[in-house]
Amino acid sequence: MQLESMYQEIILDHYRHPHHKGLREPFASQVHHVNPTCGDEVTMRVDLKGDVISDISYESQGCSISQASASVMADLLIGKSVEQAREVQETFLRLMQSKLDGPEFAEEHEEVLEDAVAFAGVAKYPGRVKCALLSWMAWKDATAQALDDTESGVKA
Amino acid sequence: MVVNPQFLDTDAIRKDFPILQRTVHGDKPLVYLDNAATSQSPQQVIDTIVEYYSLHNANVHRGIHVLAEEATALYEGARDKVAAFINAGAREEVVFTKNSSEALNLVANVLGWAEAPYGIRPGDEIVISEMEHHSNIVPWQLTAERIGAKLRWFGITDEGRLDLSNLNELINERTKVVSLVHVSNILGTVNPVETIVKRAHEVGALVVLDASQSAPHLPLDVQALGADFVAFTGHKMLGPTGVGVLWGRRDLLEELPPFLGGGEMIQTVTMEKSTYAGLPHKYEAGTPPIAEVIALGTAVDYLNGIGMDKVAGHEHAITEYALGRLQEVEGLRIIGPATNEDRGAAISFVLGDIHPHDVGQVLDEHGIAVRVGHHCARPVCVRFGIPATTRASFYLYSTPAEVDALVEGLDQVKQFFGV
Ligand SMILES: Cc1ncc(COP(=O)(O)O)c(C=O)c1O
Repeated sequence: MQLESMYQEIILDHYRHPHHKGLREPFASQVHHVNPTCGDEVTMRVDLKGDVISDISYESQGCSISQASASVMADLLIGKSVEQAREVQETFLRLMQSKLDGPEFAEEHEEVLEDAVAFAGVAKYPGRVKCALLSWMAWKDATAQALDDTESGVKA
Repeated sequence: MVVNPQFLDTDAIRKDFPILQRTVHGDKPLVYLDNAATSQSPQQVIDTIVEYYSLHNANVHRGIHVLAEEATALYEGARDKVAAFINAGAREEVVFTKNSSEALNLVANVLGWAEAPYGIRPGDEIVISEMEHHSNIVPWQLTAERIGAKLRWFGITDEGRLDLSNLNELINERTKVVSLVHVSNILGTVNPVETIVKRAHEVGALVVLDASQSAPHLPLDVQALGADFVAFTGHKMLGPTGVGVLWGRRDLLEELPPFLGGGEMIQTVTMEKSTYAGLPHKYEAGTPPIAEVIALGTAVDYLNGIGMDKVAGHEHAITEYALGRLQEVEGLRIIGPATNEDRGAAISFVLGDIHPHDVGQVLDEHGIAVRVGHHCARPVCVRFGIPATTRASFYLYSTPAEVDALVEGLDQVKQFFGV
């Protein structure tokens, strides 16, 4: 069945038992993103120590794909430098834009994507790509804000 | 409303709808249960569009050649059909728009611009309800904000009915306009128009009815309803996209200012000032969706051929069956009236903790098309404390077997997500 290509076991696992969920202190920035077409929502906090992402915490509501995506992302990005994390985020974005070539793209970039390769099958469902990207976009936004704040803090 | 619940001969009807013959995801027959979002078109409607462009295409009201005259006659003929379909007092009361949304925006804007006695002024009140489609919320918010008028609304009861407990307080001497959905696209509720119209007119307020989900499904008599404006949309009643209807009382439409300016809506134009065309052209600026209007006329013919009382009866029967079957599904909760009184053929539900997006995805895999999300009625989801619903909505070609397929599909959903 086609469905299993989207709903990989790893996605269903993260959906049922999400990692790093719940809002935590301390945090450098917080954002709230919604997917207006389906009403999925995420509140996301990012904390930085120097240029390392020391924590990502979130509260979210949505489908299995959006929930699992937040969980996998937090797993992958916590502990990485901002630069490394950006590479993962950009690669994940490209994976989601790869349409039918998702599986090949994922295989090629497995080293960067790690567990996020599980989302390769989502790329061919245009209606679900936004679900998978919701938390990644929120993270990108929150991290940019956190960096802005530290920069202006340094200058001040 | 008295309806006689009786199934139509769907075998015969379905033969008219080419799209219902197709399969999806390989060999799965299409089970189309998303009629509240858009309906499918019979071959007759499709042929009308082909024939129009093959034989009669021209701009309307603007030429003296054969094609222009044919196109104009077909276009105005469709207006007669629509006027008769809703029992309008006069054909001039039927204005073609792009869709329901544009019809509602038209009313919300011109009431904002109008002089006394109809114009909305600072401090006036506009009443809507919590179960409106966004198309009947946002235009009024825009008008209220611009003018400094106050937007108020009816709540919803736990059963998914309009909460009328504060009717007389909510609609009062300050109320300028009440704009209400006739049949809710998310809850399926049929609202008590008579009660609302009576109270609104008592205090001198105008009534706008969003009939997007009623015009396609029940006999609609705008004179009997007593509302001042009625809006609906072609693509939900077997017609094409791109065309909607605003019916308005003639004296009001004559008095109110125009909405969009342009060709066709004028009498004379000077560089300083223009005078406006008579009804209905005053509200139809620019080249209209000609083929779509004519095809909507064919859709109306098709519905009349079956009989709107029979369409309503069929949908009542299928809704009865679906409500029963769905309530047998463990963990399923209906959002909206769980009984069939004053109820349309759209049924929203949640299935345990499984997100509607996931429900819809698995159903799609089985060829079953439903809508998931907040159905452009987000306040309803907030009211019921849910992020979204899954909605199955039926029409004259829907069958009990399709309801069975849905119920089986829901079992598959539960299996897939291990609940
Ligand atoms: C109750 C109701 N009102 C308004 C609309 C808007 O219709 P349209 O998108 O054709 O303008 C819809 C359809 O989605 C509806 O169901």
